[in-house]
Amino acid sequence: MAKIWVYAELNQGKLQPTALELMAKARELGEVEAVALGTGAKAAAATLGKHGAKVVHVNEDSSFDDFIAEPATDALTALHKQNAPDLIMFGFTPDSRDVAGRFAARLGVGLISNAGDVDAKDGGFVAKVPYFGGAKVASMRANKKPAIILVRPKSFEAAETGGTAEVKELEASIGTDSKRARIVERVVEASEKVTLEDAKVVISGGRGMGGPDNFPLLEELANALGGAVGASRAVVDAGWVPYSMQVGQTGKSVRPGVYIAVGISGAMQHTVGMKASKVIIAINKDAEAPIMKMADLGVVGDALKIVPALTAAVKAKKG
Amino acid sequence: MKIVVTVKQVPDPNSTAVLEADNSLSREKEVVLDPGDECGIEEGLQLKEAHGGEVILVSMGPERAKDAIRKGLSMGADRGILITDGQIAGADALLTARVLAAAIKPEAPDLVICGTESYDGSTGMVPPMLAELLGVPQLSFAKQVEINGSTLKVHRQTADGYQVVEASTPALITVTAGIAEPRYASLKGIMAARSKEIKPLALSDLGIDRGEGAETIEDVAQAEVRKAGTIVEFDGAAALDRILQVLAEAKVV
Repeated sequence: MAKIWVYAELNQGKLQPTALELMAKARELGEVEAVALGTGAKAAAATLGKHGAKVVHVNEDSSFDDFIAEPATDALTALHKQNAPDLIMFGFTPDSRDVAGRFAARLGVGLISNAGDVDAKDGGFVAKVPYFGGAKVASMRANKKPAIILVRPKSFEAAETGGTAEVKELEASIGTDSKRARIVERVVEASEKVTLEDAKVVISGGRGMGGPDNFPLLEELANALGGAVGASRAVVDAGWVPYSMQVGQTGKSVRPGVYIAVGISGAMQHTVGMKASKVIIAINKDAEAPIMKMADLGVVGDALKIVPALTAAVKAKKG
Repeated sequence: MKIVVTVKQVPDPNSTAVLEADNSLSREKEVVLDPGDECGIEEGLQLKEAHGGEVILVSMGPERAKDAIRKGLSMGADRGILITDGQIAGADALLTARVLAAAIKPEAPDLVICGTESYDGSTGMVPPMLAELLGVPQLSFAKQVEINGSTLKVHRQTADGYQVVEASTPALITVTAGIAEPRYASLKGIMAARSKEIKPLALSDLGIDRGEGAETIEDVAQAEVRKAGTIVEFDGAAALDRILQVLAEAKVV
């Protein structure tokens, strides 16, 4: 039976949702051991056990919380020396990307990133990766052992199976050589009422909003619908709104009940992060924009007129 | 201070891509300096202006990637290094990082600046690998950079704000596109760039064998496509009713 590790990312003591999503897939592919590093690792182990981990390797050294990537790379390398798995799964999130890249380079095996699915095949693993602007999906066979595959958040649905993991202390000495990029302060800027990932309705704006001054129009619609506001990479890069609002390949992945794309053309960078939404409504002045070809309802017109009118109509309907 | 900025020539984000028969991306379309890298170059130039030193652009790609380097040189970078080799076509992230590391190491830079991810690949896996191979810490997703002597401090973008991250140089940072507005090359800069050095290197110069990549593409299939729905012109009340109807069916109003 294939031996699989799930890198269970923790952030300030909290197990990240991707860990449990990965567990759901990993337990179909073989026997799963999870690795949880930093504050909260032992508490996380219980949860990981309920989601199918047979063993959870833990280490609660605070250097995992305080330093970027290197302590985690050391710990994974030490564990790999003792018992090498066939496959290691990471979430395709900023922190896990930092660790996975460093670790894959240290082992010299490389990795496959941005996968949407993983299958076992011919004694190895094949990842499904969006390709050619997302119009196609490439099946990529991992050539190395261990195969290291990074999977996009929300690719799998987390579900408890019941069970208890054996918790093993991961012995790793983290030298000062690895305590280099230190997080000295954490600043929270976004105080969203509803988080993008959890919102039932997401309203995202792109260049078609004309400028940052018009984003409050989207906020008002979001308030009326009880939703959250997102944005395309183009307007985040342009500095209109913070990165925390970016939906897409390098931003957040969302799958709300309703996704309203306003003034967004629909580049792959964006659509890969929202195309799993149940219903998509696009508002765009260009009837030929790619987003129109994937929307359940496309409305052609001026976003700056349509959005306020829609907000008023929603309020009227809700009374 | 010696600063290396990694740069990449990418298909113009504003043109339409073409897929070859063997499923590789066609290189025949319009190519440009990656817009994200322009921000990295700008940040490098601003640090040089504040602290003195040199900005070196390093790229891996076909011969014509010289144009991308030349653009950066015309913005004000001092010189370039281009690794070109028949063996690098379709290189994976690790091979790319190995090649860049081998070319950068002899320069012994204080700071390496990379974009968080390229416009075409968008996976951002080369920078952490490069940091590991260079043996330096990585400070990723920087939206602000400060240097004080040998102390580097960045604001690292997170999902809900940012972290202040500190390290000593030498180090590698990845910068978000918003970090600095790239300057336009002046006529003087464009003229000066013509005589700046772009050093050509091959894999044999770096002692690198291509080796086996991390993955093999087994097949490429059509992605599941969402069916196009209805498209209506906005005409006031009727279109609003359509939207409300969809929202009602989804039980959000």
